[in-house]
Amino acid sequence: MAFVLGLRCRECGREYAAEPIYTCEWCFGPLEAAYDYDAISATTSRDRIAAGPRSLWRYSDLLPVAGHPSLDLGTGFTPLVRADRLAEALGLREVWVKNDTSNPTGSFKDRVVSVALSKAIEFGFETVACASTGNLANSVAAHAARAGLRSYVFIPADLEQGKVVTTAVYGGDLVAVDGSYDDVNRLCVELAGTYEWAFVNVNVRPFYAEGSKTLAFEVAEQLGWQAPDHVVVPVASGSLLTKIEKGFRELHRVGLLDDEPRVRVSGAQAAGCSPVATAWLEGSDTIRPVKPSTIAKSLAIGNPADGYFALDTARRTGGAFAAVTDAEVVEGIRLLARTEGIFAETAGGVTIATLKRLAADGAVGPEERVVVYITGHGLKTIEAISPAVGPTATIRPTLDAFHEAFTVER
Amino acid sequence: MTVRVRIPSQLRNLSGGAAEIPLEGTTVSELLSGLETAHPGFAERLFDDTGTLRRFVNVFVAEEDIRFLDGLETPVPEGQTISIVPAVAGG
Repeated sequence: MAFVLGLRCRECGREYAAEPIYTCEWCFGPLEAAYDYDAISATTSRDRIAAGPRSLWRYSDLLPVAGHPSLDLGTGFTPLVRADRLAEALGLREVWVKNDTSNPTGSFKDRVVSVALSKAIEFGFETVACASTGNLANSVAAHAARAGLRSYVFIPADLEQGKVVTTAVYGGDLVAVDGSYDDVNRLCVELAGTYEWAFVNVNVRPFYAEGSKTLAFEVAEQLGWQAPDHVVVPVASGSLLTKIEKGFRELHRVGLLDDEPRVRVSGAQAAGCSPVATAWLEGSDTIRPVKPSTIAKSLAIGNPADGYFALDTARRTGGAFAAVTDAEVVEGIRLLARTEGIFAETAGGVTIATLKRLAADGAVGPEERVVVYITGHGLKTIEAISPAVGPTATIRPTLDAFHEAFTVER
Repeated sequence: MTVRVRIPSQLRNLSGGAAEIPLEGTTVSELLSGLETAHPGFAERLFDDTGTLRRFVNVFVAEEDIRFLDGLETPVPEGQTISIVPAVAGG
């Protein structure tokens, strides 16, 4: 059963049928899925969800896909772990890590791709495509392989080697474009107007983006159907942050959360690509595009499609933004790894470093229950961290050699 | 000076289905005015009530976003292409 009524423009409110379209014909504003929330309220329940699959599809009542889709690599229902050692290091009382590194292709993108490709199959597309900074590339290639769909994945040519290999292995066409992500994205918009393909983050984007809401649904369920006080979310296009906030509101709207959630939503960007954080810090209503230069390539979108909505969300909920340096990103990766045993990619380093900044300046309160979203696995961006870590010592295989290198009490 | 203006699929109902229109002009502003004259209806779709380019409309001269150049006053050389591209993709 699908409860999606159609699509609605976020700018001017014009309504459209649930079709593979993504911008308002009138004002070019983004289209968003609209639901029959009363019908969802009458159907869904905590028990119904608990009886569902241990994947994101347990929340299918709140996703814009018909029935229980067969395209499921086992995405979602990832661990939410209480992070007391990280909290102590940051001077906070209660921090939880939503560990989305454990998805099938190692990032939260499996959520949006599960929804996008299920919808693409529903629409009857035989070819899927995307513009990607890497994580999406991995996920689209893998899911297309599983579904037997043809795929074209477009990436900036300077992407991390790990993300290139872990896309190419699935077959499908991988197109490296000489240019930035924003150049790739623009090319894909023009291609989407030329070919009858499902571009997951272009013409299927209104459906695709809804998959991110499951990161709010899971956190609430895992906290015993409660919303946290504060979430910290990495920001590239701004879609993830916007949809997480929407997810908490929807849970209350359909009766799954008793109390109206008051989640403060904060955004994390790298200083080398911080168009939204800059607007926040300057108190500006205008987001100026930038040319990215950061090791956090998965967040390197200089012209963020949902930047305005991410900015509005942080302002409306009492959240904040920070832009952290590449050195802080590396330290953020190491801090999370050494305190909690979780290895995050650079985007995770951005998020931890932002949490550290916001905790230090009081924007995240010491008594708040904080959830930090770690959205991609560290093995994807080895290059960024490898100059900073390595063997403590390299020795000959003898006891003496070890004793020379280390003084350890027996 | 002839410039090719690329029309996104969302606006091709205003251009009689054409994906590209040759126009005369030396700046983005002149070209977009020329577009309105040739095919009335474009201006209200591209600009808000204050005459500012809508925030979800991107305009490129060749490969470059005009917000990195001189905005609507960006000069457009003879034979160049400008593209109107929806902003809400990606990520």
